[in-house]
Amino acid sequence: MRIKICAEPFEPWHEVQAYQQSATGMAGKFGATSLFIGTMRDFNDGDDIQGMTLEHYPGMTEKQLEKIVAEAMQQWPVLDALIVHRVGDILPNEPIVLVAVWTSHRGDAFDASRYIMEALKSRAPFWKKELLASQTERWLLKNTDGYL
Amino acid sequence: MSIKVRYFASLKESVGRSEQRLEITGLLTVADVWRAANPDKAMPDNTLAAVNMDYVALTDAVEDGDEVAFFPPVTGG
Repeated sequence: MRIKICAEPFEPWHEVQAYQQSATGMAGKFGATSLFIGTMRDFNDGDDIQGMTLEHYPGMTEKQLEKIVAEAMQQWPVLDALIVHRVGDILPNEPIVLVAVWTSHRGDAFDASRYIMEALKSRAPFWKKELLASQTERWLLKNTDGYL
Repeated sequence: MSIKVRYFASLKESVGRSEQRLEITGLLTVADVWRAANPDKAMPDNTLAAVNMDYVALTDAVEDGDEVAFFPPVTGG
């Protein structure tokens, strides 16, 4: 398992490839890899968005994400998992989050990655502040439920 | 006892500080920590709390040396 918090832009495809190559223990064992990539939009709630600042609680973020992955590993036979999350100033079209899960079979990969992503959205201590094209700033008040 | 209190995001802006050290005597709950640290400001209804980086209920007890954090609903991902 790897949890990575990035203050600079990251390339999700490179992160997945590099991690998979380094995790030699699962070579030949995994038949499914599920990837979720969340990318910043240039619109939200009917407004044009120019940029975003992502604040987090260092230490608690990693602790909660490790706990979430451990919960997923108890529920599904997950071979390995990688989470990468941006913090700091972010521009539209830049990746915000990557969740990658490796399992033997596809159903477990889909289910475990969905669980990790939804738990991250509701429990990992990150907060987004949007900069609107009108130059006003606003904090996002809450995340939407991904199952609705 | 000595408690480190931290605030994040919009709550940090509304209380006007990111952290403080609270020296206080007697048994305390998380809600008591807020009241001692912010005597003139009610805690917003949607506030979440953590002790030593784990989520807690406002009625949970705190101990000497704990780090208590208050923050709004999380919006990552």
